[in-house]
Amino acid sequence: MTAIAEPVNTRVRPGAAQMARWAISDSLVMTRRNLLVWLRVPAYIVFTVVQPVIFVLLFRYVFGGAIQAPGSGGYVSYLMPGIIAQTAAFATFATAIALAQEATKGVIDRFRAMPMARSAVLAGRLIADSIRMLIVILVIIGVGYAVGFRFQNGVVGAIGMILLAEAFGIAVCSVSAFVGLAIKDEESVQAFGLIWIFPLTFVSSAFVPIATMPSWLQVFAKNQPVTLVIDAMRSMALGGPAFPLNPALWESIVWLAGVLIVFVPLAVRSYRRVG
Amino acid sequence: MTLTNTDFAIEVAALHKSFGEVHALRGIDFAVPRGSVLGMLGPNGAGKTTAVRVLTTLLRPDSGRVIIEGYDVVRDAAAVRRRIGLAGQSTAIQLELTGRENLEIMGRLNHMPRSSVRGRAAELLERFDIADAADRPAKTYSGGMQRRLDLAASLVAEPSVLFLDEPTTGLDPYGRLGMWDIIRELVGRGTTLLLTTQYLDEADELANTIVVVDHGRVIASGTPNQLKDQVGGDLLEFTVPDRSRLDDAVTAVAGLSDSTPTVETETRRVKVAVGNRGSTALVEAVRRLDASGVVTENLALHRPSLDDVFLAVTGHATEAPPEIGSKAHKTPTAGVPS
Repeated sequence: MTAIAEPVNTRVRPGAAQMARWAISDSLVMTRRNLLVWLRVPAYIVFTVVQPVIFVLLFRYVFGGAIQAPGSGGYVSYLMPGIIAQTAAFATFATAIALAQEATKGVIDRFRAMPMARSAVLAGRLIADSIRMLIVILVIIGVGYAVGFRFQNGVVGAIGMILLAEAFGIAVCSVSAFVGLAIKDEESVQAFGLIWIFPLTFVSSAFVPIATMPSWLQVFAKNQPVTLVIDAMRSMALGGPAFPLNPALWESIVWLAGVLIVFVPLAVRSYRRVG
Repeated sequence: MTLTNTDFAIEVAALHKSFGEVHALRGIDFAVPRGSVLGMLGPNGAGKTTAVRVLTTLLRPDSGRVIIEGYDVVRDAAAVRRRIGLAGQSTAIQLELTGRENLEIMGRLNHMPRSSVRGRAAELLERFDIADAADRPAKTYSGGMQRRLDLAASLVAEPSVLFLDEPTTGLDPYGRLGMWDIIRELVGRGTTLLLTTQYLDEADELANTIVVVDHGRVIASGTPNQLKDQVGGDLLEFTVPDRSRLDDAVTAVAGLSDSTPTVETETRRVKVAVGNRGSTALVEAVRRLDASGVVTENLALHRPSLDDVFLAVTGHATEAPPEIGSKAHKTPTAGVPS
């Protein structure tokens, strides 16, 4: 059996402060890179921006007339928080697909064989995707205002709604990141995304009042996290139980925290095992 | 046998790696002297990529050790990563970004100062003949250009050890030759290189030492010439049109080497093994045949290709290891006479 003598080189490890600086700068480089890619490809922009705008117009003018919405401001006010949450969830398709592509093309291998921070690929992805999501949310709100939507609960409520939508999007992103890195096949990732994101967003209070659904479906729709998030967003945008008292808000925060606690480590684990 | 780590950029000892029931690596040993090229040759599924992934810190070995530039790939992975470059089988560049952006991002992620990143990217773009297209998205590049950009991306931080996993797979012949030139230039600059390939001529062309890998084991190793010698070295062949002169021809070339010429009477073909002194023997043969007045046709020197080597060793791989397979427990180094 061949043996190798102890290496003569002594280990020189950078300090914790240096590691932290690198973690931040590497994440920012990855963020910038991911945003640059998004801006370079018209198809991505169409998918992420134009599609939700079409949804706003479709539900506002085509389906909206047939839907009786509770509360003030008519259907468009009911609709907008739902569309925004759905958009945030749909945006994570891109997260999963991009990571799956990077895993199969050997991009992640190359990154992992470099001295860059281990956290930067996922962190850069999540940061870039939440920036992208924020841009899209602001565009949708702009379109919403053009077709009659108004925030009715002041600036704080509006900001609160946007922040909750972002938190929701990041939580779904962590699930998508895990799915993308675990499945690693672009088409399967896309198909899998449809399987869980579509029912969760459509069988919720996003587009129609849950009371209009058959009772067996109501049980799911009422209690699933997307409904809780959308109800909380709606109350912040349109008024309703005040901030600290709204149970939907607290329940959705617990849900989102739970999703992040489970799926961020899972995503990190599958990142380490890519290949 | 104990290795010292002063002269070797890569040392691999008793490396094992399994994925469940699949034993991808079953005890691999080799060492690569600084500044030399090791060609890892083997068919698909031989374990080449797994070996590269362990050597580049991407996979933890089950057992065995790998030392890169004096650092253990498991214990000192971070130190190893600062010294290596990796270009995998597929182009791992971001096609939506320009060549320059791709390289600058690599520089930043390697923690190079912003000021030197720019210059380094420009230098590599120039050297790899991408300068004209530097500011176009990489997806507009030809396959060969994308491959060159990919290689450049692995070189931004000036690694002292470079791993190329099948660097020319999928390239057209022209692209392959271009890649070979680039690889030779890199080696000329002192980079230690480990390249895997399925192409025998590629290993022959570029490598100082070759390890032939099959079923997770090194089944043969040595310099390209040593491997060729193992299948008998160069072979001189010619035809004698006049059957009555066959014996004279055999007498004329008999002294060329230690081995006795063989004659196929039916085809009037004479063959003589001449070891590794092929071209000298060829000249000598022409002189002797001419002196004895024998007319020959189709005089040729057949150099055994690595194909011959490969078939010779892998043909027995599933049974008892062939004689040259017994080299597996030794550590091949470039230029060691057999």
